[in-house]
Amino acid sequence: MWELLKIELLKIFRRPRTYIAFGAITAIVFLVQLALKLDGKSYIDLLLSNLSGSFEFSDEFKSKLLNGYLVCFAILTALLIQMPLLVSLIAGDSIAGEANMGTLRLSLIRPVGRTKYMIVKFLASVIYTIALLIWMAVLALFGSMLIFGTNDMVVLRSTGIDQIAASDVMWRYFAAFGYAAVALTTIAALAFLLSVFAENSIGPIIATMSIIIVFTILSEMNIPFYDDSIKPWLFTTHMVAWKGFFYVKATDDGVTITGSIANLPAILKSLTILLGYIAGFVFIAIWVFRKKDILS
Amino acid sequence: MSAIISVKGLTKNFRELNAVDDLSFEVEESVVYGFLGQNGAGKSTTIRMLLTLVQPSEGTINIFGKELKKHRKEILRRIGAVIERPDLYKYLTGIENLRIFATMSGIKASEKKLMNELERVGIAQRAHSKVKTYSQGMKQRLGIATALVHDPDLIVLDEPTNGLDPQGIADIRNLIIHLSKDLHKTVFISSHLLSEMELIADSMLIIDKGKKVVEGKVNELFDPSDMIVQLKTTDNASAIEKLNISDLKKFLYHKSADNIILKLHRDEVPLLVKRLVQMEISVMSIESRHSLEDYFLSLTTGQRHVGAS
Repeated sequence: MWELLKIELLKIFRRPRTYIAFGAITAIVFLVQLALKLDGKSYIDLLLSNLSGSFEFSDEFKSKLLNGYLVCFAILTALLIQMPLLVSLIAGDSIAGEANMGTLRLSLIRPVGRTKYMIVKFLASVIYTIALLIWMAVLALFGSMLIFGTNDMVVLRSTGIDQIAASDVMWRYFAAFGYAAVALTTIAALAFLLSVFAENSIGPIIATMSIIIVFTILSEMNIPFYDDSIKPWLFTTHMVAWKGFFYVKATDDGVTITGSIANLPAILKSLTILLGYIAGFVFIAIWVFRKKDILS
Repeated sequence: MSAIISVKGLTKNFRELNAVDDLSFEVEESVVYGFLGQNGAGKSTTIRMLLTLVQPSEGTINIFGKELKKHRKEILRRIGAVIERPDLYKYLTGIENLRIFATMSGIKASEKKLMNELERVGIAQRAHSKVKTYSQGMKQRLGIATALVHDPDLIVLDEPTNGLDPQGIADIRNLIIHLSKDLHKTVFISSHLLSEMELIADSMLIIDKGKKVVEGKVNELFDPSDMIVQLKTTDNASAIEKLNISDLKKFLYHKSADNIILKLHRDEVPLLVKRLVQMEISVMSIESRHSLEDYFLSLTTGQRHVGAS
């Protein structure tokens, strides 16, 4: 299994197109950091404008607000919407790309079981996804910490603001990145499933993005019927649950409780649903592939 | 000699299309077995079924005396194959491609072993160049190297000389003969270059529209002094009836509503013409053919054959 996985990783990481995603992330993170470095005050004012009616903020408070943790949070919020496209570039290509190149038939006439072949292919896509996320974490979190420094982190919520002590932030980021890895693996699993049905990688990539767009629209619509019956089961509803790690509990006096998470059960439920999707997508992909006639 | 491949009643239907229809044949050990048929005859589908890429609708395949379906991995470990054009990972080097397929075949090949394989097919000097810089002929040779790298007992080659120049074709021909005669490998080879098949194949199978047309040893099917005579009459059904009860029956090789083929020694052709006249068979045309290519064409052109002798 390990030898096969090494082959798959060699195929992914020796391919120039793999680095398009790494380049895109680098460019976006750099541009956001540059913009906030040059005009961070306007961004903070905009951020606080919704709350300014009920709260008053001192200039000292505002100056502390723009730090590496908040910048990373802003980057993650923006980038995790774009990441599915970058993930599907590789996962959607994993089987369809081989079929298109004509290497699928050469691989499947070797003494390797189709189930094993699929598992290895999927694991390679997951490793790529995690590598992409680690790259983003290094640039967005550690890069922003270097550029903007660290301080307490303030998170805006519809109910007000949560202030998290600087010493209480880092583990939340690790948890959030871990959750994001599962969320993006769900996308990888979907693209991987669609890849089984196609003989070129464009189809699965476009189909993956189309499904995400439709599901996201459904997730965002405020229609009672959808709220109760459909939204809770759409994977897109649970993709952004990583933010829950930055929502904290507070005492009756309004003081945030260090190490707390406002709604851990909701995060765990979302995580379970995403894991269910991953298992379902991969199981169907393997089941279909085992029966498939290879005509490419 | 024992049968390395034994196929019985092999059938593959793609919805309405009957790609392979009740095909049966056997391939003996250490022979070069030619697999002939026109485009769309069902060759590729048959080869894909032999290599487990396509699941048969009906029939059984035994290779090395074991049922393919039950012993897939064990059997594939002993098979090397190139199917149609050998597409490889163009962004990797030749030796990297070879290492990938060696590993997938379950062997850990040293650099020296890989270089030897590339040497054998004549591209060792380009081992470290990316495949995207290879010519079609070089890709073909690399494809053959991937089929041989794990030292298989059975080699399946689908159009292995595609894209090769005359020298390349001669090199591959010599390699196939060497594999069969010196190393006692069994080679199952499909090709549209029938003149090539004539030079290398010991036995052959011709299929048309998914059905077997003829199978046998090349020297028995085709003797240089034999003539293949294609007969067209005003009423083939009546002509076949008359031939079946005459002394010419022994020459009948293939008969259908559209095609009557007789096989006889060249000295017997005048006798055939004389007897046809005597039997009052209304002959529209009579054509003598004497190359394997003509023989192949005579068997596979026209409408579906209703039966073969």
